Amino acid sequence: MTTHAVPDLLDSEVVSDLRAAVRDLLADRCPVGAVTACYDGDRSLVAPLWRAVGVDLGLAGLLVDEDRGGHGASLREAAAVAEELAAAVAPVPFVTSAVVATTVLAHAGTPEADRLLADLAGGQVTASLVVPWTTAPEGRVPAVGARVAVRSVAGALEAHVLLVPTGAGDALELRAVPVGDGVTVEPVVSLDMTRQLADVTVDAAALAAAPVVATDARDALRAGLRAGTAVLAAEQVGLARRCLVDTVAYLQQRRQFGRVLGGFQALKHRLADVYVEVESMGAAAAFAVGTLADVDDDLEQALVTAVAAAACSDTAVRVAEEMVQLHAGLAMTWEHPAHLLLKRAKSDQLALGSPERHRAVVARLADLDPPGTRLG
Amino acid sequence: MSAAAELRERVAAFLAEHDPATTERLDLLRARYDAGLAWVHFPPGRGGLGLPRALQPVVEEAFAAVGAPDNAPHRNGIGLGMAAPTIVAFGTPEQQDRFLRPLWTGEETWCQLFSEPGAGSDLAALGTRAVLDGDTWVVDGQKVWTSGAHTARFAILVARTDPDVPKHRGLTYFLCDMTDPGVEVRPLRQLTGEAEFNEVFLTGVRIPDAHRLGEVGEGWRVATATLDHERVAIGAGSPARESGMVGRVAETWRAHPEARTPGLHDRLVRHWVDAEVARAAGLRLQQKLARGQLGPEGAAMKLVFARLAQQLSGLEVELLGDDGLRYSDWTLVRPDRVDFTGRDAGYRYLRAKGNSIEGGTSEILRNIVAERVLGLPGEPRVDKDVPWKEIPR
Ligand SMILES: Cc1cc2nc3c(=O)[nH]c(=O)nc-3n(C[C@H](O)[C@H](O)[C@H](O)COP(=O)(O)OP(=O)(O)OC[C@H]3O[C@@H](n4cnc5c(N)ncnc54)[C@H](O)[C@@H]3O)c2cc1C
Repeated sequence: MTTHAVPDLLDSEVVSDLRAAVRDLLADRCPVGAVTACYDGDRSLVAPLWRAVGVDLGLAGLLVDEDRGGHGASLREAAAVAEELAAAVAPVPFVTSAVVATTVLAHAGTPEADRLLADLAGGQVTASLVVPWTTAPEGRVPAVGARVAVRSVAGALEAHVLLVPTGAGDALELRAVPVGDGVTVEPVVSLDMTRQLADVTVDAAALAAAPVVATDARDALRAGLRAGTAVLAAEQVGLARRCLVDTVAYLQQRRQFGRVLGGFQALKHRLADVYVEVESMGAAAAFAVGTLADVDDDLEQALVTAVAAAACSDTAVRVAEEMVQLHAGLAMTWEHPAHLLLKRAKSDQLALGSPERHRAVVARLADLDPPGTRLG
Repeated sequence: MSAAAELRERVAAFLAEHDPATTERLDLLRARYDAGLAWVHFPPGRGGLGLPRALQPVVEEAFAAVGAPDNAPHRNGIGLGMAAPTIVAFGTPEQQDRFLRPLWTGEETWCQLFSEPGAGSDLAALGTRAVLDGDTWVVDGQKVWTSGAHTARFAILVARTDPDVPKHRGLTYFLCDMTDPGVEVRPLRQLTGEAEFNEVFLTGVRIPDAHRLGEVGEGWRVATATLDHERVAIGAGSPARESGMVGRVAETWRAHPEARTPGLHDRLVRHWVDAEVARAAGLRLQQKLARGQLGPEGAAMKLVFARLAQQLSGLEVELLGDDGLRYSDWTLVRPDRVDFTGRDAGYRYLRAKGNSIEGGTSEILRNIVAERVLGLPGEPRVDKDVPWKEIPR
C-alpha cells in the first residue's frame, strides 16, 4: 500500500490565531441561553450570529478564491473554524454553506458557479446542497427528477440559493434554485435544532427556470461532500473536546463523600480514556483534513476521510454521553448545555454517512473484502 | 534547500566516502555515529546534528535504500529508546562520551533494572540498596522482569540511597556494568514458553560514583524521564500504514477468504480504523516532539497501542480457526530481541498481554493521564510523608 508524505497535523500560527478569533467572538455573541432557545422555536440568534461570523469575520468566504472575493484559505482553516463553532454549538450554516456548497461550486467550473461563489464569499448569500443530510460522499447522490421533494436537508432554512442535483446516473446536473416562487422549505422539528433540517420541494417550473451550475456534477458533489465530511470530523472533535474540558472542570470542583469527585479512580480512569479518545480523534480528523489539503490522490483522500468519519462520529457520541453521565442530574436539565452537545453529537453521527457506511468504504479501499468474496 | 534535502545530501556524501559494500559493518556504524547521522535529533558530537526528530526517517530511508546494515535496533530497544535519551538529558560529558557510541552501534546493549518483587507499579517503593564506599557504590538487592538482562552489557538501575526519607526522595539512578561479578542473571520463563525476561540478583555489585546519573537522591526525577521515553518507545508505533499488528491480521484476512464471517469482518474493519487513527495520533505526537519537549502524552499512545495489539492478535487467532489452535513452539529459549509482531498468531496473542503491563500498566497510565495531563487529584497516599523504612511491607 502506498504511503504518502505525512501532512502537517499541528496548527500553524495562522490557524491558532483564527481559532482564537472565532472563540473570542463566540464567547461574546453566542450565549448558551440563546442557543437553547432554538429548541423553543426562537431562532433570533441565527441571523446576527452568522452576520458576525460569516460577514464581519469573513468566514463565509474562507474557502473561496481571493479573486472571487474570498480568502483562499485551505481546508485546515475551515476545519479549525468548524471545531470552534461546534464547541459553542453555534447555530450557523458554516459547514453547509461555506464548506459543502462552496466546495461543490468551486469544483463545478462554470461561469454561473463562479458568480454564485462570489456571492457566497461575502456571506450575505448562503447556499445549501439539496440532499438528505445523511448522504455519504462516496455513495450515490440521490438525484431527483422534474419535481423535487427532498427530506431532511441541512442548511436549507438559512439558504438563499438551493443547489439541486437533477437527472440520474451519468447525466447528473446541478441547478441553482433561488428560494422563492415554486420553492418550499418546510422546517422540521429536528433532534438537533442548532442545525435544523427542512423538507424541500421545488416545482417543475422553478427547477426548469433555474440556471445549470454544473452539467456533469458528480465529481463536484463528491468533492463537496468529502470536504464536508472531513470538516464534520473536526466539528465532532470540537464537540468532544468541549465535553471533556467541561466534565473535567466539573469533577474538579464537585464534592461528594467529603471528596472532590475527580479524585475517585473509577472516574479518573474514565476521563483518561476519554482524553485518549479525544486526542486520537483529533489526530484522525487532522490527518483527513491535511490529506485533503495537501495530497492529490483521490483514493487516499477517500480512505482517510472515511477513517476519520467512522472514528470521530462514534467517539463524539460516546464522549457526549460520558459528559451526561458524569454530570448526572445536572445534565438532564434544559438549562445545562450538555444536552446541546449530546444532540449535536448524535445528529452528526448520522450526518454525511453513518459510521457503518464509512467503514464499508474503508473495507473496500483497504482491500479488506467482506465474506463471500473470493481471492483473485 | 529543505532540511530533508540537505540531510539527504549529507547522507549521500557520507556514503560516497564509506561504501557499505566494502566497509566493515561496525566501522560503518561507528563512522555514521561520528558523522552525526545516528540519531539526528541528538546533539552534535553525540551521534546527532541537533535537528528535529521528524527528520530521522529521512536518514533511515537513505541508508536502507543502499542496503547499508542497520544497528539492529530490535536487540537494543531499552538502550536506544530509554537509556540513551536519559543519558543525553542527565549524563556528564564523560558519561556521554563513554556510553552513547557503543550503545548506538549495538556493541553494548542495555537492560532496565527497575522493577523488584516488592515494587512493580509502585516503583518508588523499591528496596535495592546502594551504599557509598569511598568513591564506589556497593549495591545489594533483587530485580525482576528484566528483559534482555542475559544479553545486556550495561543496565540503567534505580536503587535506594537513603531509607530515612519518604520513598520518592531517597532514590538514585546508576549505570550498572552487567559483567560485574556480583550480578547474577537467571532466566524467568514467560507464558509464551520463552524467557525474554530474567531475575537479576545484585550482591555487592560495585559501581563507580562516576557512573551515577544525576544527583544523589534525584533518582525518581531521572527515572520518570526514562519512563516517559519508554512509553513513547513502546507506543509510538511505525509511520507506515499496516506496519504493526494490524498488518499481520490484514494479511491473514486476505489469505483466508474461507474464514470470513460478517462478525469477524465488522471487528476487523473497526480495528483497522482504530489502528489508522492510532497511526495518525502517533504521527502527530512525533510532530509535537519535533517542536518541543516530551511530556506524559506518550502514556496515551501506549494505552491505545496495548489495547489494539491485544484486540487484533486475539482476532487473528479466531480468524485462523483450526490453525488458531496450534502453537509454534513452547521450548524455553532466551531470545536476543523483543518482537511484538514476530512468530505465529498464538505467540503474538500471548506476548501482547505484556503490552498493557510492561512500561507501566494500563491502570497506572490512566492515573498518569488523569493526574499529569488532566490535572485531577492524585490517589490518596498513605505513605506520602513516611520515611521509606517505616512503610509496612
Ligand atoms: C513482558 C514484560 C517485560 C518487562 N520488562 C521489564 C524490564 O525490562 N525492566 C523492569 O524494570 N521491569 C520490567 N517489567 C516489569 C513491569 O514494569 C511491571 O510488571 C509493571 O510495572 C507492573 O508491576 P507488577 O507486575 O508488580 O504489578 P502490580 O504493581 O503488583 O499490579 C497488579 C495489578 O494492580 C494494578 N494496580 C497497581 N497499582 C494500582 C493503582 N495505584 N491503581 C490502580 N491499579 C493499580 C496494576 O495495574 C495491575 O493490574 C516487564 C514486565 C513485562 C510484563
